[in-house]
Amino acid sequence: MIGFIARRLINYIFLSAFATMLAYVLVSATLQPGARFYGRNPPIPQGSIDAALNKLGANPNIPILERLWTWVTQLVTTGSLGISTRGTEVTADIAARAGTSLRLLILGSILGAVIGVALGVWGAVKQYRTSDQVITYASFAVLATPVFVIGIVLMIIATTLNQAVGTNVINFTGEYTAGLEGGFWTLFADRAAHLLLPTITLTVTAVAAYSRYQRSAMLDVLSADYIRTARSKGRTRGSAIIRHGVRVALIPMSTFFAYSFGLILVGASVTETVFSWHGMGEYLFNSVGNSDINAATGTILFTSILVLIAGTLSDVVYAALDPRVRV
Amino acid sequence: MALLQPLLPSTEISEPDVALDSRNRSRASLILRRVFSTKRAWIGSTVLGFIILWAFIGPYLYQWNYLDQDGLAFSVPPSASHWFGTNDIGQDVYAQTLIGLQKSLIIGLIVGPLAALIAGFVGATAGYLGGMWDRVIVWFIDLLLVLPSLYLLVLLSPLFKSLSWLALVVFLALFGWMVLARVIRGQTMSLREREYVKAARFMGVSGFAIIRRHILPNVASLLIIDATLGIGAAILAETTLSFFGFGVQPPDVSLGTLLALGSGSAITRPWLFVFPAAILVITVLASSLLGDALRDAIDPTSGATNE
Repeated sequence: MIGFIARRLINYIFLSAFATMLAYVLVSATLQPGARFYGRNPPIPQGSIDAALNKLGANPNIPILERLWTWVTQLVTTGSLGISTRGTEVTADIAARAGTSLRLLILGSILGAVIGVALGVWGAVKQYRTSDQVITYASFAVLATPVFVIGIVLMIIATTLNQAVGTNVINFTGEYTAGLEGGFWTLFADRAAHLLLPTITLTVTAVAAYSRYQRSAMLDVLSADYIRTARSKGRTRGSAIIRHGVRVALIPMSTFFAYSFGLILVGASVTETVFSWHGMGEYLFNSVGNSDINAATGTILFTSILVLIAGTLSDVVYAALDPRVRV
Repeated sequence: MALLQPLLPSTEISEPDVALDSRNRSRASLILRRVFSTKRAWIGSTVLGFIILWAFIGPYLYQWNYLDQDGLAFSVPPSASHWFGTNDIGQDVYAQTLIGLQKSLIIGLIVGPLAALIAGFVGATAGYLGGMWDRVIVWFIDLLLVLPSLYLLVLLSPLFKSLSWLALVVFLALFGWMVLARVIRGQTMSLREREYVKAARFMGVSGFAIIRRHILPNVASLLIIDATLGIGAAILAETTLSFFGFGVQPPDVSLGTLLALGSGSAITRPWLFVFPAAILVITVLASSLLGDALRDAIDPTSGATNE
């Protein structure tokens, strides 16, 4: 089992490293940080432009692969991701924003997975009953709705509610109320209140995807012989479904977690930006607007590390559930 | 060989094709009957067909052009004259929504099938050739799957933003084929060992011709399912990109750019946001209902065992 996970982990590390380097090359080829220096009046001396671009590691006269090599050696030796076009350290920027994104991401994916699996099992057990139909059509509708639309519709509902009640019951702009004074618990409650709508947005999307998949995985399992065997040796229906059914149906789910993590990541970036949180999603979108090669690649590195962690976790779950891997 | 060449097409068309055709036709009609025995397929195809007709004929049956500005009606809510209301410079939201719907539909209808086609060719090539080629292609697919394709599209947006929206279509297709390609590869690996494929190979038919004649027709059902599901996925990707300003660019109108403009005033003037959003959801929902019904009809073991 350790061997299996180690092999997969090494594969993931290689993939993530290559993906990041590929992203660096792509971004260097598309973004032109030098463009904003040209066409100014009075013109900026060529020497200053070169100096500024060299500092960013984005001098177009140096071949891209050489720039990539400089970037990688700098990352490995000093742990620095370079300087953003606004003059800040990208590593520091990411450190400041990561917490914001991770809070939403972790909450959303855990809630989404747990509720999604539960609804999927429920739907499979109650196949074609009203509750199953409702879950199926609701998840179809959610999957057909872009995440930003879900977020904005929730905002409209919250505003209507706030107006109906007369006070701000649900706060949703930003990550916290600016300038709020108070003890730890006041601040904590404020942040938790701001977290409500973004978390619902992300969770709803995740639940819809996971419940569809879990339902079909569960339907495959329910007709299997070993469920009948478990029933005939005297297990109750519920116990047979949970102990023998859900456990087996979760094996393909664990692979799906890794695949669908990208969906959750994109959903989280979109959600953050819609609710004007200063997270990694906003950082990525802004970096393209600012032609910021280092910031964009830094975000991709952050993302690919998250994908690596998610992939390894799903492998661990896979190995824990499927005894065949452990032999 | 050169002498035989002109003969090949005729022998090809005569016997085997007739047999293939009749078998295909009966299989196709069987599948069609199975697909349309479900309510989902009826709802999906009817709604999708209606929406396509509406998007392309609707603007001719309406008094306002999408660029007209009604100087007497700035930001008015829906009324008899302006069915979906107007925006703050007096443009009619209904007319704009239909034009945006046209663009989003065209993008979806091209990208879905195109991505499925790429997936078919890449997956079948990897699965058929096997060995070194297979490992390289699979590794490349995995590499593309590490990063969410929407991120890559955002990063590459400076490339297609300056070009027309057709460039966006190409890029959406280039980043939407990977998962299906892996599925096709798996199918191809088992098809490769079938007798008719072996027979063709031993008779000296080239690899490309075998893929085109024997492999792709056999995975066609998967391709059709994914092309249908891909329509909705492409529309979602396009609207999300356009919403953040990375997709369709201003003089062009799509549902995404409309939603981006409407979102700022979604709370005070909901008609600017709610109508385009609702039509978007209905369109994507219709295409995914149809795709799902197709999948249930063609591939009864769909879902878990698909991978």
